[in-house]
Amino acid sequence: MDAFILQILNGLDKGSAYALIALGLTLIFGTLGVVNFAHGALFMIGAFCSVTLSKLLNLSYEVVDPTKKDFLGRPLVEKHTYIESWFGPETGAAIIDWSVPLAILFSIPIMIGIGFVMERGLIKHFYKRPHADQILVTFGLAIVLQEIVKYFYGANPIPTPAPAAFTGSFDFGTMLGFDPNTVIYPYWRLVYFSFAALIIGAVFAFLQFTTFGMVVRAGMADRETVGLLGINIDKRFTIMFGLAAAVAGLAGVMYAPINSPNYHMGMDFLVLSFVVVVVGGMGSLPGAVAAGFLLGILESFASMNEIKSLIPGIDQIIIYLVAIIILLTRPRGLMGRKGVMED
Amino acid sequence: MSNTKLTRRGVLKSGAVAGAGVALPTIFTASSAAAFTNEPTGPSVTLGFNVPQTGPYADEGADELRAFQLAVEHLNGGGDGGMLGTFSSKALKGNGILGKEVKFVTGDTQTKSDAARASAKSMIEKDGAIMISGGSSSGVAVAVQGLCQEAGIIFMAGLTHSNDTTGKDKKANGFRHFFNAYMSGAALAPVLSKLYGNDRRAYHLTADYTWGWTQQASIAAATEALGWQTVNNVLTPLAQTDFSSYIAPVLNSGADVLVLNHYGGNMVNSLTNAVQFGLRDKQVNGKNFEIVVPLYSELMAKGAGANIKGIVGSQNWDWKLQDEGTKAFVQSFGTKYGFPPSQAAQTCYAQTILYADAVERAGSFNPCAVAEALEGFEFDGLGNGKTLYRKDDHQCFKDVLVVRGAMTPESEFHLVEIVEVTPTEQVTYAPDHPMFAGGALGTCNPGA
Repeated sequence: MDAFILQILNGLDKGSAYALIALGLTLIFGTLGVVNFAHGALFMIGAFCSVTLSKLLNLSYEVVDPTKKDFLGRPLVEKHTYIESWFGPETGAAIIDWSVPLAILFSIPIMIGIGFVMERGLIKHFYKRPHADQILVTFGLAIVLQEIVKYFYGANPIPTPAPAAFTGSFDFGTMLGFDPNTVIYPYWRLVYFSFAALIIGAVFAFLQFTTFGMVVRAGMADRETVGLLGINIDKRFTIMFGLAAAVAGLAGVMYAPINSPNYHMGMDFLVLSFVVVVVGGMGSLPGAVAAGFLLGILESFASMNEIKSLIPGIDQIIIYLVAIIILLTRPRGLMGRKGVMED
Repeated sequence: MSNTKLTRRGVLKSGAVAGAGVALPTIFTASSAAAFTNEPTGPSVTLGFNVPQTGPYADEGADELRAFQLAVEHLNGGGDGGMLGTFSSKALKGNGILGKEVKFVTGDTQTKSDAARASAKSMIEKDGAIMISGGSSSGVAVAVQGLCQEAGIIFMAGLTHSNDTTGKDKKANGFRHFFNAYMSGAALAPVLSKLYGNDRRAYHLTADYTWGWTQQASIAAATEALGWQTVNNVLTPLAQTDFSSYIAPVLNSGADVLVLNHYGGNMVNSLTNAVQFGLRDKQVNGKNFEIVVPLYSELMAKGAGANIKGIVGSQNWDWKLQDEGTKAFVQSFGTKYGFPPSQAAQTCYAQTILYADAVERAGSFNPCAVAEALEGFEFDGLGNGKTLYRKDDHQCFKDVLVVRGAMTPESEFHLVEIVEVTPTEQVTYAPDHPMFAGGALGTCNPGA
C-alpha cells in the first residue's frame, strides 16, 4: 500500500510536467493549427532561465589571496559575489539561494519574447503549409535552439538546487499511519505539483473568464467567423503563442532543481508530450491535462518492480501501449473534438 | 580521324572496371601497395582522434581533445614537454614520431556506435590516419576497436570501463590504458567494508548496456564476497532522465545501500533524485543509508553539485596525485587551458604518448610491430605509477584510486578527494577470469 501511494505521488509529479508541456502544445495547435516540435526546446530554455539567473546572481569579482595557492601553485584567486557585497553576506546568500523561484519572474518576459519572435519570425510563414512542413521546420528550430544553449552552457548538466528551505522530504507515512520513512516525498516535487496545478488553473481561468480568452476560444472554434466580426484574431493568436511559450518556460524553470538542466532535456520530454496531446485529443486543453496526469501515473506504476517482474520492459512501453488502446477505442483521443486534423 | 572502334559493350566494361577501381576503398588498395594500412610515406604522420564532440559526453570529448592536442604538441617538441620528461621510456625525442611531424584529424563519435565507426572509417580511409584513439563510452570503444581490427589500424582506447573491451570483445589491434569495472570492484570492496561494514543489503540501479552490466556484475561479486547481500538489480534505460520511479521502490526494499551503476547524465540525475528522496538521511536496519557510485568522473561530480559530497567511488587517475608525471601533466595542461585535466584527458594523453613511444621502440609504424612493442611493456612516469600493458588481453594494470566527493571543497576544481590508492596487485586478475571470458585476442592485422 505504501509503495502504491508513493507511485501515485510520483505519477502526479511526472504528470505535472507532461500536462504543462502538453497544455502549451495544445494551445498552439488549437489556436494556430501548428504542430510545434520546438515546444520541448522552450521547456529547456525555461530551465536555462533558472541557470542564467543563478549565474547572474553568482557574478563575482576576484581577490588574490597570497596565503593560499591554486592548483598550479600560484596565489589563489578567490571569487566573491557582487550580490553578497551589495546586500551583505546573509541577504546576498538568501537571494542566491532563492534563484529558482526568482527565475519565475525573470523568465516570463524572456519566454513571451522568444515565443513572439518565433511566431512572427518563422512559424507564421508555415500556417498554410502542410503539417509535415511545420514539423520539419519546428524540429529544425528545436535542434538549433539546443545547439545554441550547448554552445553557451556546455553539454554537461548544470546543478541548479532548490532553496535550502525545500531540501528534504515530507513524510506522508507517519501521517497515514505507516512506518516512518516509508512514504516520503521530496518537498520540491510537491511544490512543482502545486505550481503546475496553479498554472493550469490560471490558464483555464484566463481562457474561461476573460474577454480575451472568450475571443480566443471563439477563434479556436471558428476562426473565419470571428474574423468577419472585425476582430484581429491573428494578433490574439500570436499572444497565445507567447503565453504557451511562457507556460512551457515556467514548467522548465521549476523543473531545474528536479533534474539538473542540460541542453537535451527538451527532446526528452517532447515525444512523450506529443503522445499526451494525441491521447488527450488534439486541440483539447482539458484532454491534454487529463492525459498528462493519467500517463504520468501509469508510467510510475509500470516502473514498480512487481509489475516489471510480471511484464518485463512494460515501463518503457506503457505510454505507447495505452496510446494505442485509446486511439483504437476513441480515435479522437479522450476529449478530442470532431473536425480537428480531419478532412 | 581516329579509327578506334568504340562499342557499347566495351564502354560498359571499361566503365565498370574503372568505377570499381575508384569505388574500392583506399583501405584495401593502400594495403595492397604498402606493407600495412596507411603506411606513412611523406614527412608527416596522421593520428585520428575520435571523441564525442556532440551529444551528452561532448564536454568529456572536448577535454580528451585538449589532451590529444597537448600530446601532439609535446611529441613535435613544442610546449614544456609534459610527461615526456617523466616517462620512463626515453625513446621519444620531441621530433615527432620516427622523425615525422605528427598531425591529427578529429572525428565526432556522438557517443553512438554507428556514428563512431563512420567517423573512424573516414579518418582511416580519407585522412590516412595510422592510429585511432579516444571515445568516452564502452559501446563506442568496442565498435571502433572491431573496425580498427578489420582495417589493420591500432586502436588506443579512450575512456572505456566495461570489462568487455579487454574481455570478450578484446582485439589484437586494440589497447586499453583506462581501468575497468572489475578493478573498480576490487578496489572499492575493502574500502566499503571499512566504511560501511560487512553486513549490508545493496540495491543496484544499472544502465542497461554493456558497461552497466559488467560493472554491476563486478561490484555485486566484490561486495557479496564481503558478505553483502544484493537485494535487487534494476536495469534502467540509457535514455532515462527522471529516476524517481526507480528510486521510490528502494525506500521499501529493505536495502541500506544504493549502488548507482550509471555514468554521465544518468548518474547526475539518479544521484540527484536519490538525494531528493532523502535516502542519504535515512536509517535502515539500524544503519545510515549509503549511496555508492562505482565509476566517478570530475565532470559528473561537477554536474551533481553538492549531492556528490561524501559519495564513494573509483577513478583511474586524479589531478591531485603527487607523482612527478601527474605534476608535469597538470602543470602543462593547466598552463595551457586554465584548469586541471580530467581523468579522460589523462588517459588520452597517455595513450598517445604510449603509441608514439611504441612506434619509436619498434622502429616502424607497422601495427603488428607496434602491438608487439606495447605487449608486456612496463613503464612509469605517466601519472599512474608503475604500469604493465599485459600481453594476454592488452589491458593496463596499475594503481586504482578510491575517491569520495569532497566534503569541504577548497576550490572550484576540488570536487573529489582521494580516499585510497589501491595497489596494482589488489586489482590484478587472471587473463582467463570468468568475467573476461568469451572472446579471443586473435592475431594482429597489419591490413596488408
